[in-house]
Amino acid sequence: MSNHPAPNFKNPVIRWVDSRLPVFSYVHAEYGVFPMPKNLNYFWNFGALAMVVLMVMILTGIMLAMQYTPNVDLAFNSVERIMRDVNSGWLLRYIHMNGASMFFIVVYIHIFRGMYYGSYKNPRELLWILGVVILVLMMATAFMGYVLPWGQMSFWGATVITNLFSAFPLIGESIVQWLWGGFSVDNPTLNRFFALHYLLPFIIIAVVALHVVALHIVKSNNPDGIDVRGSQDTVPFHPYFTAKDSLGLAVFLLIFAFFVFFAPNYMGHPDNYIVADPLVTPPHIVPEWYFLPYYAILRSFVDGWWIYEIFFGWWAAAKLAGVLAMFGSLIIVAVLPWLDTSKVRSCRYRPIYKWAVILFLIDFIILGWVGGKPAEEPYVTIAQGATMYYFFHFLILTPLIGWIERPKPLPASISEPVLKAGSGAQFAGASAAKMEKS
Amino acid sequence: MAEATQPDSDHEEDSGRRDFLNYLAIGVGAVGAASFAWPVINSMNPSKDVLALASIEVDLSKIDVGSAIKVVWRGKPVFIRHRTEKEIEEAKDVDISTLIDPETDAARVKEAQWLIVVGVCTHLGCIPLGTADGEPRGDFDGWFCPCHGSHYDSSGRIRKGPAPKNLVVPTYTFLTDSTVKIG
Repeated sequence: MSNHPAPNFKNPVIRWVDSRLPVFSYVHAEYGVFPMPKNLNYFWNFGALAMVVLMVMILTGIMLAMQYTPNVDLAFNSVERIMRDVNSGWLLRYIHMNGASMFFIVVYIHIFRGMYYGSYKNPRELLWILGVVILVLMMATAFMGYVLPWGQMSFWGATVITNLFSAFPLIGESIVQWLWGGFSVDNPTLNRFFALHYLLPFIIIAVVALHVVALHIVKSNNPDGIDVRGSQDTVPFHPYFTAKDSLGLAVFLLIFAFFVFFAPNYMGHPDNYIVADPLVTPPHIVPEWYFLPYYAILRSFVDGWWIYEIFFGWWAAAKLAGVLAMFGSLIIVAVLPWLDTSKVRSCRYRPIYKWAVILFLIDFIILGWVGGKPAEEPYVTIAQGATMYYFFHFLILTPLIGWIERPKPLPASISEPVLKAGSGAQFAGASAAKMEKS
Repeated sequence: MAEATQPDSDHEEDSGRRDFLNYLAIGVGAVGAASFAWPVINSMNPSKDVLALASIEVDLSKIDVGSAIKVVWRGKPVFIRHRTEKEIEEAKDVDISTLIDPETDAARVKEAQWLIVVGVCTHLGCIPLGTADGEPRGDFDGWFCPCHGSHYDSSGRIRKGPAPKNLVVPTYTFLTDSTVKIG
């Protein structure tokens, strides 16, 4: 920041404010002249996209809260009223509903971007951990939001997920009754979920702020995963990345709008348009699609599965093992910086690990697919295999490949590969040298 | 701190007192915070109106042999099944040591023909199928939970699948031969 002294603002009002509270200098330093690696590709759009979706969710959410009634007898009908009677209510609700799915799509791509290009490695470990915290907060928020319409999937999803906590020995039952405020998911549960669903997004904003501050300290990683050597490797955030992010945002909003206007219920479940009935379980309870991989991990742990018997059978019931594995599958992502033993960040220069990350992505998609299937063969076996691979990837493959892999030679600078590709190898050295001088 | 500067006896004595006052202040603050935290946390526990749920009485005379009903107790369903001779025999003949949650049938019923259990799967709280006619009863003539595939037998015991425990038997008493009070 010290490299860029505050600009001399021409507008006297801005100057007056800025000398007392330097918000304009801050924006100038962090989003105007902020140095960004000049080789970033479109995968670097997704952080900004996630920020936009968060704002859209908060705005539509506040408008919906003005029309919604958190009471077991009124909630379902108040949502139907939003859909039929409230001006543009259908639009607000469909944006909010599909926005949740969009948020997870964007964030999952953002996370896999980080995994592929090694964005979690020194010095970005804390940045990465804050990201995992945001993911967990998002999951809690989305889960409680899905309960609010009080449909069948709302009720039974809430019942299944809150019952996870009963798996803990001795205190489990008390925890669940405390979460419910009763003996089953009921009116007190709906009320507190509404309160927390309103609160958590603001906590997400706070953690996102920390995530962004940490990012602006350690600066962005890049597709080559090598450090920026100087100003010849960077371009200012504005206009280069304001423009690039805007283009990405325009494409993203088109996709978002397609779902809102042409397939608003595609990613939802029809059973949630049936009002909640505590006495009838839907034949097939599934969480929202973005939870399916974790749901598959949860369900994999049953008596007789050899992995369960070896690691948990002698000390924990299958249910507790499933719960621990599910929470563990998120915690393990947070400690990835210490599981990866390779010094090279980007998979561009990691010929073996590159395929491991792609296989992991396929495994995650398979987990999502089986998570949506009923608990019967062949899905149980597939889910168990994919669960095993999930942990195998993090605990065995990632450290092992780091030790045995011989990475490709890293380019000397961010400019080098660009110039090589552009003007032919023989000129690269000369023009790079020229660049260094200028 | 004192060791780092000059070993002044007055100073050391002072720092001892100061530490004591520090710990005391922090300690009192912690107790105060905790005594405020508890009512906040406890406010989320079941309230008095929720706890003050009356027990319910159920008329059993209308339940035919071989069929079952579902009643609501504390916001949860309770299954009452009028068991057939065959179902009773099946429940009694099981080798207890082979069960996931070993319990004899005799310990789970008061009158052999009436099985009364809370109809909430002990896995993750779904309502098992098998009470109404035509619903699947699982591999053991009891209940089948569609959520994650737990099978319960004709005594409500877990036999197959991820659930760790048998269906819970609520406290109940027979007021007459055909009336039961649950809770």
